[in-house]
Amino acid sequence: KEKKKITRELVQTVLARKPKMCSFLEWRDLKIVYKRYASLYFCCAIEDQDNELITLEIIHRYVELLDKYFGSVCELDIIFNFEKAYFILDEFLLGGEVQETSKKNVLKAIEQADLLQESQNEEWGGLSEDIL
Amino acid sequence: MPAVSKGDGMRGLAVFISDIRNCKSKEAEIKRINKELANIRSKFKGDKALDGYSKKKYVCKLLFIFLLGHDIDFGHMEAVNLLSSNRYTEKQIGYLFISVLVNSNSELIRLINNAIKNDLASRNPTFMGLALHCIANVGSREMAEAFAGEIPKILVAGDTMDSVKQSAALCLLRLYRTSPDLVPMGDWTSRVVHLLNDQHLGVVTAATSLITTLAQKNPEEFKTSVSLAVSRLSRIVTSASTDLQDYTYYFVPAPWLSVKLLRLLQCYPPPDPAVRGRLTECLETILNKAQEPPKSKKVQHSNAKNAVLFEAISLIIHHDSEPNLLVRACNQLGQFLQHRETNLRYLALESMCTLASSEFSHEAVKTHIETVINALKTERDVSVRQRAVDLLYAMCDRSNAQQIVAEMLSYLETADYSIREEIVLKVAILAEKYAVDYTWYVDTILNLIRIAGDYVSEEVWYRVIQIVINRDDVQGYAAKTVFEALQAPACHENLVKVGGYILGEFGNLIAGDPRSSPLIQFNLLHSKFHLCSVPTRALLLSTYIKFVNLFPEVKATIQDVLRSDSQLKNADVELQQRAVEYLRLSTVASTDILATVLEEMPPFPERESSILAKLKKKKGPSTVTDLEETKRERSVDVNGGPEPAPASTSAASTPSPSADLLGLGAAPPAPTGPPPASSGGLLVDVFSDSASAAAPLAPGSEDNFARFVCKNNGVLFENQLLQIGLKSEFRQNLGRMFIFYGNKTSTQFLNFTPTLICADDLQANILTKPVDPTVDGGAQVQQVVNIECVSDFTEAPVLNIQFRYGGTFQNVSVKLPITLNKFFQPTEMASQDFFQRWKQLSNPQQEVQNIFKAKHPMDTEITKAKIIGFGSALLEEVDPNPANFVGAGIIHTKTTQIGCLLRLEPNLQAQMYRLTLRTSKDTVSQRLCELLSEQF
Repeated sequence: KEKKKITRELVQTVLARKPKMCSFLEWRDLKIVYKRYASLYFCCAIEDQDNELITLEIIHRYVELLDKYFGSVCELDIIFNFEKAYFILDEFLLGGEVQETSKKNVLKAIEQADLLQESQNEEWGGLSEDIL
Repeated sequence: MPAVSKGDGMRGLAVFISDIRNCKSKEAEIKRINKELANIRSKFKGDKALDGYSKKKYVCKLLFIFLLGHDIDFGHMEAVNLLSSNRYTEKQIGYLFISVLVNSNSELIRLINNAIKNDLASRNPTFMGLALHCIANVGSREMAEAFAGEIPKILVAGDTMDSVKQSAALCLLRLYRTSPDLVPMGDWTSRVVHLLNDQHLGVVTAATSLITTLAQKNPEEFKTSVSLAVSRLSRIVTSASTDLQDYTYYFVPAPWLSVKLLRLLQCYPPPDPAVRGRLTECLETILNKAQEPPKSKKVQHSNAKNAVLFEAISLIIHHDSEPNLLVRACNQLGQFLQHRETNLRYLALESMCTLASSEFSHEAVKTHIETVINALKTERDVSVRQRAVDLLYAMCDRSNAQQIVAEMLSYLETADYSIREEIVLKVAILAEKYAVDYTWYVDTILNLIRIAGDYVSEEVWYRVIQIVINRDDVQGYAAKTVFEALQAPACHENLVKVGGYILGEFGNLIAGDPRSSPLIQFNLLHSKFHLCSVPTRALLLSTYIKFVNLFPEVKATIQDVLRSDSQLKNADVELQQRAVEYLRLSTVASTDILATVLEEMPPFPERESSILAKLKKKKGPSTVTDLEETKRERSVDVNGGPEPAPASTSAASTPSPSADLLGLGAAPPAPTGPPPASSGGLLVDVFSDSASAAAPLAPGSEDNFARFVCKNNGVLFENQLLQIGLKSEFRQNLGRMFIFYGNKTSTQFLNFTPTLICADDLQANILTKPVDPTVDGGAQVQQVVNIECVSDFTEAPVLNIQFRYGGTFQNVSVKLPITLNKFFQPTEMASQDFFQRWKQLSNPQQEVQNIFKAKHPMDTEITKAKIIGFGSALLEEVDPNPANFVGAGIIHTKTTQIGCLLRLEPNLQAQMYRLTLRTSKDTVSQRLCELLSEQF
């Protein structure tokens, strides 16, 4: 419930801001760093001493990762493959810290996992019941 | 449908998502979701055991429904089952569900931890990774209890894969953040430090995050990381942009790692000289690179480069030891202040704020004042303007306070509502802290109320009153200024509060001007009364009763107001009670009692400013405190210099650095119990600037003087600064008086000069010894006065005291109670002797008679005591009427002795006295009669 309230409050605050405004805003005792890509906003909440600019580039690197993985990522890719978006995020960030900044290394990990899935899928029969 | 669906698509899931997206209304969506939830529930409950794939699909659907914002209260068990699947995809979805939808169900936690334990032990790096991600995402205490001991081993084991090491480091970091007590330090810490040398930059990045957090709490344990971090950083900043391959981001080598290493170094003081030289080189290189032309026009390039630059500047500020680097940092930030990127302007303002508190760079920061003021005026983004306000506050000192306060005030007129209150607090603090001239302070606060009255919190207006009460050099000015401000047709209620309070205390200081006579003051305040809220009205009622004491001439007017139905029968209990009590007080109490009860407020004790406390609370304790501490230290340097040259007007003053941090506990609108002796404040002639040689007599001095006619010891005068006590003895025509001057403040009085001024007709020889010109705070000095009465006299000498207190010139004058009756020798005589002498003194000039109204209750015992105190003998059983009092004595002067007889006849019914004096000398009869008549 608290999470929903926070989300609503943040969405309102960030959407109210105009394009030329700075990408950082103070919110409660945290700072919000956000960036807009087409119709999507990406937000991070960071602490007082954290570096705002590098956080902005964390967002960008994540978008690059999605873009590379999906190939010209769009909003629908993220909706229909939300679990993949999570997996990529887990490889890139963990516990709120950057785990691996190399694009190559992150994508390699995800692709290996996908390979595992496909090899296991082969043993698996048809997809007839899948619609329910 | 998306064009790409990699890995194994779950068709059912895709169909469900499409359905949801096609819903035309919120109701339709909820209907679709409920249908799906019912379906999944029945599948989970059904007899047929579900295969792994179906479980995965349904769990995934539940997850999606949860992400849409709906509550999910089942499916956890199925997700836990997926954890123990051997299929990677099923396990992965199970972990995802657990990570997103943690539930503190203890039974589940046990099962989850069991599954994680198996995966950690599996030696399969992919499974280990999933398990570690789950721990890091959940980070619960139960997980810390189960795994905090295990993860360090995985982290430092020689055969652990790099990607697992990265996950293990960050997983441990997460557990340390949530449950630091459960993560034991040990041998592993030194091996973690050595990960800074690892070949894999991803491992170094993760390890640096972990070490930074651990080092904050255990600096000793991780201090070897400093030199390793410096050498790593050095290698990065000097590398060619291609050296680090995929770790180079838009031509910036390893920006994330650089930032993290610079943060790690901020956990420690500047390192040893050898390492320090290398670090300084690194920092210089980073500063130099900022001046090079960009290698790319992309914003990612400049962001990454500047992220490192800002972190380097943070480290420079943290070390605060290299003036050269600090000034370079300041210049760099100065360039950013005018950059076209809003983000950079914002960060430059923020970073400069901390730079302003370094003594090395404070002056350099100040050179940018015009740019910052301009930002305040032109920036379109409120968050940037907010930073500009912060920076102006941080760079403020004596030299620019007037300019900065003026700019903030003018900004306040148009400022965003969200930040007005904070600006008001800041202006109030700066105005007080850097006030050279307290009239400026008073003007500033009144302006604050005028411009942003709604945002002036209680603390701010309490504070201005506190300062005015504690500084008598500004009281007259404050009274005059609030009086003028109240003339505005519409003024803010806060102004009415301040005005009411100040006029109630110090309205007498401007009452001499016919334009602000007592009645005009009262009418002005009362014209606002009906527009004000209950607390303000209550305060005004207190002002009115104070007026009754200050200005007897408006007493009747005020009593009429108090007596009106709208007051006496007011629906508000507090107002009604005040009206009733004040009316009664004004009716029954004698002037003496009124003067005592309604005496001027005593000075407030020195405490931390309540405004500062409020600002700290508003901004969170950590940031403001540090800044304030350092600023306060500096302000001592600025203020604590030698005593400034005497100011040209008596209003100028130099506050001591601590004196401007007074605090106020609660609002004191009602009059409170005063110290025993009645006293008035220092009378300041606000309409003329010249400091006259001797002040007019302090108010109340006449009353005190009269009190000493019948006694020899006590407090003669008292105000906020000074107390004068007396002890005296007289024998025949000689007397000796000890005058005690007490400094009530904690500050030295300088040039302390008491002078006795004798009227021309004073026939007394007075010898005084000079006193020390400095009186320390809290100290008392004594002066002895020897008196000889040459012949009879009328006028008492005046004691004038001049001294300097905290830069202001103080001037106090009081009448010294040396009166003719002090040289009385009582004479006992029998009834017939008395009447015989009485008849001898029947010459009309020898007798003086006075009939007067009793000012005090007519008490026989008190009257007797007063006659004895007056110096004559009290003769019992002389007068045929036992209610009358008879006394006799001889006045001793150097030249003659004068026999005196007196008779006092009280008339209880009429509350009157008749006093008759017969002496051998007419002037003596006259003077003694005057003196004694005042006593009853």
